[in-house]
Amino acid sequence: MPVDFNFMVGGEAGQGVQSVGFLLAKVFARGGYHVFADQDYESRVRGGHNFFRVRVSDGRIGAIAEVVDMLIALNRDSIELHQVELATGGITIFDGEKIKDIENNGRFFSVPLEKLAEERAGDKVMSNTVALGAALALVDYDLNILNTVLVEHFGKGEVADSNITAAKFGYEYARAEYKGDFRHLRPLSTTRRMLLTGNEAISLGAIAAGCKFMSAYPMTPASSIMEYMAAKSKDLDLVMVHVEDEIAAINMAIGAGYAGVRAMTATSGSGFCLMVEGIGLAGITETPLVVIDAQRPGPAVGLPTRTEQGDLQFVLHAHHGDFPRAVLAPASVEDAFWVTVKAFNWAEKYQLPVIILTDHHLASSYATVDPFDLSEVTIDRGLLFSEKEEDPAEYMRHRVTKSGISPRAFPGLGRALVVTDCDEHDEEGHLTEDAGERTSQVQKRLRKLFSLKQEIGTPRWFGPQKAETTLIGWGSTYGAIREAVDILRKEDANVNMLHLSELWPFPTEAVADVLGTAHNSYVIENNATGQLARLIKAETGRDVSGKILKFDGRPFTPAYVAEAIRKEGC
Amino acid sequence: MVTLSDYAGLQPTWCPGCGNFGILKALNKALVELEIEPHRVLLVSGIGQAGKLPHYTRGNVFNSLHGRSVPPAIGAKIANPDLAVIAISGDGDGYGEGGNHFIHAARRNHDITYLVHNNQVYGLTKGQASPTSDTGFVTKTTPFGAANPINPISLAIVSGASFVGRGFAGDSEHLSDLMKSGITHRGFSLIDILQPCVSFNHKNTFQWYRERVYKLGNESGYDPSNKQAALGKALEWGDSIPIGIIYREELSVYENQLPALHRGPLVTREIDTKRAESLLAEFI
Repeated sequence: MPVDFNFMVGGEAGQGVQSVGFLLAKVFARGGYHVFADQDYESRVRGGHNFFRVRVSDGRIGAIAEVVDMLIALNRDSIELHQVELATGGITIFDGEKIKDIENNGRFFSVPLEKLAEERAGDKVMSNTVALGAALALVDYDLNILNTVLVEHFGKGEVADSNITAAKFGYEYARAEYKGDFRHLRPLSTTRRMLLTGNEAISLGAIAAGCKFMSAYPMTPASSIMEYMAAKSKDLDLVMVHVEDEIAAINMAIGAGYAGVRAMTATSGSGFCLMVEGIGLAGITETPLVVIDAQRPGPAVGLPTRTEQGDLQFVLHAHHGDFPRAVLAPASVEDAFWVTVKAFNWAEKYQLPVIILTDHHLASSYATVDPFDLSEVTIDRGLLFSEKEEDPAEYMRHRVTKSGISPRAFPGLGRALVVTDCDEHDEEGHLTEDAGERTSQVQKRLRKLFSLKQEIGTPRWFGPQKAETTLIGWGSTYGAIREAVDILRKEDANVNMLHLSELWPFPTEAVADVLGTAHNSYVIENNATGQLARLIKAETGRDVSGKILKFDGRPFTPAYVAEAIRKEGC
Repeated sequence: MVTLSDYAGLQPTWCPGCGNFGILKALNKALVELEIEPHRVLLVSGIGQAGKLPHYTRGNVFNSLHGRSVPPAIGAKIANPDLAVIAISGDGDGYGEGGNHFIHAARRNHDITYLVHNNQVYGLTKGQASPTSDTGFVTKTTPFGAANPINPISLAIVSGASFVGRGFAGDSEHLSDLMKSGITHRGFSLIDILQPCVSFNHKNTFQWYRERVYKLGNESGYDPSNKQAALGKALEWGDSIPIGIIYREELSVYENQLPALHRGPLVTREIDTKRAESLLAEFI
C-alpha cells in the first residue's frame, strides 16, 4: 500500500506553526520519505490563523493535498476551520485542557500540550514541540530522528534539550493514552535527500552559478533569498546589499554586472513595478542581469502572503521600446536551482536581462530533492574581449556583429575603455542621435534574440505523446497538474500535459504543434485572465479550448485541477 | 605619466560659456594630478547636461538613467574597488529624481565621489525650476515662484556623508583641488558645484556667485571636522556663500565591512561552481 499521508499544523502567528511544520517535514525527509510542504500565513507577526501542510509519501510528489490525515491544532480556530478537510479515519491532536467542549473520540485525541510543556519542559512556549512528539507517536515514527533534528535546528544546548524533553513527554503521553492503532509511518530508508524551499534552491543556484553580487529590498515572498545570500556572504566571494528601494536594487545590480560580476536582484510584483526602468537600462546597455520576481497577487499590495501567477504579461512587456529579454519560470524546487544557473549563463552570453518568475507557492514551499549534482553546473560567460589578440584602443563595447553579440570587456581590468549609455549610442558607447547608428544598434540588440531562441528547449511533456485533452501550464503549477493527469488517467481519461518553464523567447513551434493535434487544450493558470493563453494566441495564432483559472491567492491542488477537468467533460 | 591629452574626449555640446566647462576642466586636471589613468576611472552619470560630461573626457563610462548615477556607481565599486568611481549628476538628477539614493549612499558611506553640477535650474529640458532653485524663482512650471530649495550640503552632513564640499565652476583651480580631496577621501564624498547656467538661470550668474563666494581654508581657522560648525556653514547662503571642504571626518566605510572584499576585488575572483558543495549538505 503506497504511503501518502498529509499532516496539517494550525495555529496563530507566534505559536510556532512554522517551526513544527518544518521539523515534521525534516524528520520524514530523514526517514527516506518524499515530502512536499507548504505554508499558509497572514501578513501579520502575531495572531491570525496560519497553517503548514506536510505531505509525506514513499513516491515522488510535487504538490500539496487537500485531505488532511492528521491535524495538529494549536488553537480552537484550527479545529473549526479545518475539520472539513479531515479525512475519514483522520485524527486531530488538540489540547483538551484548553479546549474543553470537544470530546476525546476517534477523530480527536487530546494531549495536555501546555501543561506538559510547562511542567516537564519548563515553558509553555514548547506546546508545539509536545504536539510534535505526540504526532510522531501516533504514526509510530522514530523519536530519535526528531531528537537529532532538534539539536541541528536549535544548536546544542539548553533550548534543544528542553525541546527534546517536550517532544519526549508528548510522545510518551500519546503512546500511553492513545488506545487505537492509527497509522504506521516508520522510517523507510537512510536515503539522503535535501529538503528546501524554492527560494533556497534559487539562492543555491545563484551561488553555484557564480553570482557575486546581489542588491535587494525586502519583500514577501522574495526576502528569504536576500537573507540567505547575506548569510553566506561572509565566507563566499559574494556581497548582498540591502538597499533603500527597488529602484536602487536593480540599478546597483546593473552597475555590478557592468563591472564584470554576475549580479542579481529579487523582489515581488509591486517591487518589480519600481524596477521596470532598470529592465530597459540593462537592455540598452547590454548588461547581464538576473531578476527574480516571486509573484504574489496584485495589483498593488494585493495579498502579500499569498500566491498568484499574475505577472507573466507584465514581465514580458515591462519597459518601453523594443529590446530582447528572457523569461524563465521554474516548475519545481529542483527546477528552480537549474533554471537559476541557466539564467546567469543566458544573461552573460546574450548580455540582457533574464527574469525568473516564481511565486509565493514555489518560493516558500518545501520539497525533497536529490542533492544537486554540481558537476553538471557549467559556466558560460559569453564572448569576452581579449587584449592579447586585439588592440584595447580599438575596443568598442557595442560593436555591431552578425550575432548581435559584442565582446565584453570589464572596466579597470585592462586598458580598454568600456563606455556605455542609456541613451542610444554608437558602437563605442557614446550617445548619438544618428538615424543609421540607431537603426543598426536596435537591430543588433534584437538579433541576439534569434540565437537565444535556438536555446529554448522543448517544453516538458507528461503522459502519452498524443491525447484527446492536453493540459497546459507554466511555472509552479507543474506538480499539481502532473498529479491531476495521473488521477484522470486512472479514471481512463485520455489526458496529457504540456508544461512551460521557458516562456520567452517563446517556444512557438512546439506549442503550435501541440495545439494542432490535441482535441481539447486547457490552460491551468493561477491568474484571473489566462495570461499564458494570451501569449499562446499571440505567438501561435491558436486558441485554447478553455481556461482553468484560480486567483483566490491559494495554490492549485491536483484534486482541484482534476475536478475542474472532469467538469469540462473530458 | 598621465597628461591632459589622455583626458581629451569628444567635443562638448554645452552652450558656449556654460559652467560645465569649468567643471570638466577641473575634473581632468584633478585626475591628471592624481596620476590616475583613464582606464582606472569609472564615470557614472545620470541624465541632464551634467550627465553628458563623461563623454567629453575619457575613462570607463556608464551613462545611466535619470536620477540613477549613484546606485550603479556603488554596484561597480563593490564589484571592483580598484576603480576610482565618480558619480556625476545635476541638481535635478541628484537631488530630485535620485534624492533617495543620495541620502542612503551618504548614510552607508560608500566609497565613491559624487559630483553634483548645481545650476539651480533644469537645463536639458529647458528652464524649469529644480530642487535647488531659489525661493520664488519663476519658470514655466512654477509660474507663482519655486518653493523653498533643499540644502544639499546640510542634507549630506545629517545623512552621514563623511566628506562634504562645495565648489564653484567659475574657479576651476580651487574646484580641482577640492575634487582631488574628494577623490582621495575614503568614504562617500559629495561635492556640490555651483554652476551658472547661461541660458536658463539669469539670476545665479557667474557675476552673482563671484560677489558672494568665499573660500574656507586653513587660514580662515575653520575646522571641517566639527559637525556643529559644519552645519552652521552649511546654512550660510545669500550674501556670502562658503566654498571648500565644509565637513570631513574618517568614518567606517561600507566596502571595508564586506568580508568578501578582503579577499580581493570580486571581479578578479575565479568562479568556483563547487563553492555550493558544503551548502548543499546543510539541507540534507
